[in-house]
Amino acid sequence: MSYFLQQLINGLTLGAIYALIAIGYTMVYGIIGMINFAHGEIYMIGAFVSLITFFVLGVVGVTWVPLALVLVLVSAMGFTAFYGWTIERVAYRPLRGSFRLAPLISAIGMSIFLQNYVQLLQGARVKSLPPVIQGGFKLMESNGFTVQLSYLQIIIMLLTVALMAGFSIMIAATPLGRAQRACEQDMTMAALLGVNVDRTISTTFIIGAALAAVAGMMVTMYYGVIDFFIGFLAGMKAFTAAVLGGIGSLPGAVLGGFLIGLIEAFWSGYFSSAYKDVAVFGVLILVLIFRPSGLLGRPEVEKV
Amino acid sequence: MPLRNLLKDSAFAALVALILAIPLVGFNPIEGGKVEMRLNWVIIAVVAVFIGRIAIGLVPRRSRAVRAAPRFAPMTSRHIQWLGWMGLVAAVIWPLLPFSSRYLVDLATTVLIYIMLGWGLNIVVGLAGLLNLGYVAFYAVGAYAFAISAQYFDLSFWEALPIAGALATFVGVLLALPVLRLRGDYLAIVTLGFGEIIRIILLNWVSVTGGPNGINNIPRPTFFGLPLAASAPGGGTTFAKFFGIPFNPGQRIIFLYFVILALAMATNFLTVRLRRLPVGRAWEALREDEIASRALGINPTNVKLSAFAIGALLAGFAGAFFATRQGFISPESFTFQESATVLAIVVLGGMGSQLGVVLAAIILVTLPEFGREFAQFRMLVFGASMVGIMIWRPRGIFSNRTPSIQLGAPPA
Repeated sequence: MSYFLQQLINGLTLGAIYALIAIGYTMVYGIIGMINFAHGEIYMIGAFVSLITFFVLGVVGVTWVPLALVLVLVSAMGFTAFYGWTIERVAYRPLRGSFRLAPLISAIGMSIFLQNYVQLLQGARVKSLPPVIQGGFKLMESNGFTVQLSYLQIIIMLLTVALMAGFSIMIAATPLGRAQRACEQDMTMAALLGVNVDRTISTTFIIGAALAAVAGMMVTMYYGVIDFFIGFLAGMKAFTAAVLGGIGSLPGAVLGGFLIGLIEAFWSGYFSSAYKDVAVFGVLILVLIFRPSGLLGRPEVEKV
Repeated sequence: MPLRNLLKDSAFAALVALILAIPLVGFNPIEGGKVEMRLNWVIIAVVAVFIGRIAIGLVPRRSRAVRAAPRFAPMTSRHIQWLGWMGLVAAVIWPLLPFSSRYLVDLATTVLIYIMLGWGLNIVVGLAGLLNLGYVAFYAVGAYAFAISAQYFDLSFWEALPIAGALATFVGVLLALPVLRLRGDYLAIVTLGFGEIIRIILLNWVSVTGGPNGINNIPRPTFFGLPLAASAPGGGTTFAKFFGIPFNPGQRIIFLYFVILALAMATNFLTVRLRRLPVGRAWEALREDEIASRALGINPTNVKLSAFAIGALLAGFAGAFFATRQGFISPESFTFQESATVLAIVVLGGMGSQLGVVLAAIILVTLPEFGREFAQFRMLVFGASMVGIMIWRPRGIFSNRTPSIQLGAPPA
């Protein structure tokens, strides 16, 4: 029982991180109907920016933890969002209206580029961060096994939920959200009605990147080690989460993220940790076979 | 563009580069909580972007209509055919040329493996328009199928080759069948994931695949049963003894070269022929417009599946050859980087162009041989050039290939 509870906590933490990345996939897919393969790399860049900011703050002498956390959060979200904006501007915007495969190939090219860019600049070996927030609650103890809920896990889950609530409100109730929904339905019509489509798409990329940066920061603090390749698998899993929840649907991405996190935690807890990625991939295949529109998504109709 | 605007744009690009460069280029966290500052790198990056942006702006912009037309006088199919035959003759006499060394033949063998993989992927990506990002997975299945059947069932290369191909095809069909009903993007991400999953399985299924240690002592191919070695096992006749020539280790290298040349040429022949069959036409039709093809009675799932399966089959053959050539395989050889390289070859060569793939493979494979710098920046350049090509020359650098048959003018 206590083991189960611990896996549940770990799974929810992991799921929060996947959910944050999955939102970026699902928003971009919703608006321009394209899988942003470079999104996993954006998350990886977010993790690196966080780590670098932590180190710089350490050198400068900012040691009060709450201030450091806020500064790192701002720095990671800001710089990573800027990366997201630039990537859209450079690699995707010129391809609107090109042939079908072009944006996908451009995205995969971008992903390869970013991986190697970070590898060349920051080295191929893992970078580690000493723990920033330590301690936690001991929930229960049985048979010598302690169930722990660390402060960091609480922060990760609270922050995720807060960000999600914020963005849900934004999409439902602000002019920007309205423009996004309009572009999602019909880009040409939205443009005719005075919606600045290019700017809306840019904003979508910026938001997606900022959320991925938060995920990157959380992972950096949670695991303490990152390398240039973390974006690949995390991106895959977050995409699976987006598909599982129904791609294009924001609540779906959140639900999918938590489910994938739980599946991964329980699989590695009860079966084998070596094959946990295989399990997640199996979920992706199963969803695509039996319910391609996902749990909360609408079936897709292709129009001429 | 007026110079003033260009300067303004370039200054903006430089500013963007500055902001992007500050965290990742400017700082490098090192051991012990220290940070290495690299302001000089940031300055170099900003200046490079500024100059690069000006250079791009100075290239005269062609209108869309002009851009759609080929830049050079289009090569007729007769020219291309002639060039192809020349290439084949050059490939055949390559190992016999006076300057060709063991190293050069070996390098050419590697190039040919990539040409074969490129041609195989070209059927999937170039002709059928399906993005397969885990092509190396089928290559790995082929290689391991041969290695395992040689190890456990004592099969020779020529006996195991069809098995390797069949197994790779089977895996490909199994993977693609559920996904091909859906939008093309799903196939891309599923193959991407599959490429990684295969590697994880190969790493962890130690009892069969040997895990990270891989499989050793994979048998070499024989020339109609004659081994190309100093002595045959069990006192049999070797290739050298049979023909009464002195044994030379270079013979095996040259033999391997001709094996892959034959395999690659078979791939090419298959592709060229398939393109004239109804199924080949259907691939291209689906690539151009899926809905219209469906309206004309093409079953998209089956047609796509055939392209995907043939691509997997060819990758399986190439994988079996890779295993026999190396004599040793491990999961290290089947990373995403390989998939990306093959995809870059196809994209750079011009999707659907046979000759373009050859040129791209030669350039991409030999480039790292010129020095460590090239090898280090290889993937960075691949990634950037894939983006650049999609923007500026979406049909590839080396070729301008329009669909095999086309009605009217291309859409603007």
